[in-house]
Order: sequence, then structure tokens, then C-alpha cells
Amino acid sequence: MNASAPVIRMQHVSKWYNPHFQVLKDCSLDVTRGEVVVVCGPSGSGKSTLIKTVNALEPFQQGTISVDGIDLHGKGVNLPRLRARVGMVFQHFELFPHLSVLDNLDIAQRKVLGREREEARARSVALLKRVDLSAHAEKFPGQLSGGQQQRVAIARALAMDPVVMLFDEPTSALDPEMVSEVLDVMVQLAREGMTMMVVTHEMGFARKVAHRVVFMDQGEIVVDAPKEEFFGAVTNERARVFLSKILAH
Amino acid sequence: MFSDFDFDAILRALPYLFRDGMSFTITLTLLSALGGLLLGTLIALARIGGGKLLAMVAAGYVNFMRALPLVLVIFWFYFLVPYLGQWLTGAPRPIKVGGFSSALLTFVMFEAAYFSEIMRGGIQSVARGQSSAALALGMTGGQSMRYIILPQVLRTMLPVLLTQTIVLFQDTSLVYVLSLTDFLGAASKIAQRDGRLVEMYCFAALVYFLICFLASQAVRRLQTRVAIIR
Repeated sequence: MNASAPVIRMQHVSKWYNPHFQVLKDCSLDVTRGEVVVVCGPSGSGKSTLIKTVNALEPFQQGTISVDGIDLHGKGVNLPRLRARVGMVFQHFELFPHLSVLDNLDIAQRKVLGREREEARARSVALLKRVDLSAHAEKFPGQLSGGQQQRVAIARALAMDPVVMLFDEPTSALDPEMVSEVLDVMVQLAREGMTMMVVTHEMGFARKVAHRVVFMDQGEIVVDAPKEEFFGAVTNERARVFLSKILAH
Repeated sequence: MFSDFDFDAILRALPYLFRDGMSFTITLTLLSALGGLLLGTLIALARIGGGKLLAMVAAGYVNFMRALPLVLVIFWFYFLVPYLGQWLTGAPRPIKVGGFSSALLTFVMFEAAYFSEIMRGGIQSVARGQSSAALALGMTGGQSMRYIILPQVLRTMLPVLLTQTIVLFQDTSLVYVLSLTDFLGAASKIAQRDGRLVEMYCFAALVYFLICFLASQAVRRLQTRVAIIR
């Protein structure tokens, strides 16, 4: 594998929900190794749909996406194996409520990666410590706060040793006072060099660790610029209006 | 009518009523519920993720079964299964199927239609976000169903499944049409033999009531204990 090849390469991706409603319009985007790309845009702009096409949770009709050099629409592509290498964090956490926190972290390691019980457990324990939740290992997700649940979800994704992490509005379902504990974990992850694609409105996070910011509107990638340029002198009118709205408060 | 109510007649009949009758009723209920749940789950899976044709066949089966009176299905299987067996095995004459096997098969097939609807509802309510999460972790559809979706559905739906089983427990009394001796059948036989209709039918009613009432209470208590904390 070429080290400088993009981890995610999307080329001319289009998606229709029905013949009259196109949600993604000719989207092209590269995410290279170690890069943090923040995707923002008004609601309904297609950013969540875009990020879900990367691990094929959302199908698309036109264009190509490759992850770590593997074409999603390639012949004989093993989607489960590919997804196992792409970590995903959801807006509503989606922890498994019938499993303890530790078992949430263990299960895919054991059933998908085939790790032994002890090996998986050791990894889970280490990751829980890292997100500062060791004390809650035996609890069930429903007994944790939203912020804690989302940190467990991040640890669960990391347990699979992913080559890239996708975050789909990871803080927008959280109470305001819990946003920072989740962002802190993400910032640290970014600083350690994790490749990340993050759909979020948290511009503070973008300023701190993003390399590039992508702005979407009505299914199109309107702006794709280095962070400094995006926050310094964004020329696109729609992006400026959006930014002024979310930075106003 | 109650002046000569003979408690002794009930006492004398107890061993027969329970050892023969009730054990039959309970065996039939438990095996039918288990078989119905297994088959019903398969039908639910076929309807949800089994492709168009399979989903249509499964839906047709469920709608058909639910549109027929149970007694009709019991008769129908009893007379049909021997010929079906003959046709399947190529035997020279209709195969012998005991009343119990026939009744069990009937109840499994019939209950499967109802259990499948319960399971289908449960799967659909759990599946959306949870299966996305499971797939995103690299699980196959089958793994997601087995490790993530079905365990939650079974726990969430357990009270409803048990309540349906209590109804099934009452419905098994319909095997009287095949002259099988379940609990009610046993009571009825004694009633005829000893001329103790009032005693036996009152007692049978009381036993059904007590068992079903206590079972419902137990289900209610269980409901809070198995609920998944969300």
C-alpha cells in the first residue's frame, strides 16, 4: 500500500433517494493518512449521508469510493471486512443496551476479528482507561450519561484498530455540558495522528485540530479548503452565511 | 344443584387428572411454544430480510393461518398429514401419525404465525440504528441478528411471548376434537363416567383460572426484571 495514497478517496459520488430527489451531487473528496477533515453545512445538506457512504451504510448510484485502496463497488469486495477497519461513531451512540460496557467493546473484537477473550478484554480495559471510564466497565449503557456513552462508543470503534475514524455529528445529541468531554477525546485522538472524517458543527474543534474543512450545501461540496483559508477568508457566499449563523451564538 | 356437590369425586380423580391430563397439556403447551417460537422467528426473518419471493410466501403463510379457526386447522392437519407423509416418503399407504404428533405439529404451525408477528415487530423496533452499529463494526447481517438484534428482541418481547403462551395453554384444550386426553379431556371423561359433570367442570375451570392467573402475575413481575435499561 502506498503510504501517501489517500485513506478515503471519493470521486464524483452521486446518490438519489428517488429519481426526483438527489441527495449527493458529484461529491469528490480525499482524506489522506493522518488528516482530520471536518464536514459542516446546514441540516439536510447531505453531510451525514456522505459520511455513511464511506463505509457503505448508505448505498450510492454513481461515482467511486475507495477506502485504504479498496473500491467499495469492486468485484468480490468483502464489505464486513472493510467496515471492520473503518471506525464509526454515531449521533445517537448506538451502544448495545443489552451488553455491559466491557462487552460492548469486546463483542466485535471477538466475533469479527477473532481475538481470544483475554486479548480482547485487555484491549477493552486499556481503551476504557484511555477514555477515562474504567470505573464504569461493568455498567450497562443505560446507566451512563450521554457523554459517557459517546466516549464508550469511541472506545468501541477504536478497539477494532481502524485505519480511519468517521464521526457523524458525535456531539449533537448531547446536553451542552457534556460536549467538551467528548470533544476532548476526539482532540487527543487527532493529535495522536488518527485519520478522521468528522461531521460536526463544533467550529472550535475544527479550529483546534482540523486540517481541512469541507462545507456542504444541498448535496454538493461547495468548499473544500485548508482550515486557515476556511476561517480566514472564505469566499463562498453560502459558506459565509452559514458560518456567521453558527458563530453568532 | 350444589346440594350433592361431591368433593370426594374430585379427590379421587386427582391422580388421573394431573398425571395423565395436566402432564399432556403442559407438554403440548411447552413444545408448541418452543417450536412455534423457532419457526415464527424464521418466518419473521424471511419476511424482513429474505428477498421478495420468500417474504411474500412467509407473509402469505401468516395471513392464511391467522384467518383460519384453530379447530379447523387441527382437524385439517389430522386428516391431511398422513396423506402428506405418504406423498413425501412415497409410502404405499397413508403413514400413521399419532394424535399427539399431529396436534403438536398443528400448534407449532399455527402458533408460528402469531409468534412471527411478535418477533417481526420486535426486530423492526430494535433494528434500525442497532444494526447500523453492528454492521459498522464489521459484523455480517447474520452476526448482527444473532448477537445484537435477536437477544434484545427476545428480552423486550418475552412478556408478550409468554402471554401468548398462556393463551396457547388454554387453546390446547381444543385437542378434544381428536379424542386426546388433555386436562380438560381427562376431566370430561371422569365427568361422563361418574356422572359428576358439575364437580369436574367446576374444578377444571378453577384449575385453568388459577394457573393462568398466577402465570400472568408472574409475567408481570418478570417484565420489570428483564427489561433492558435504556
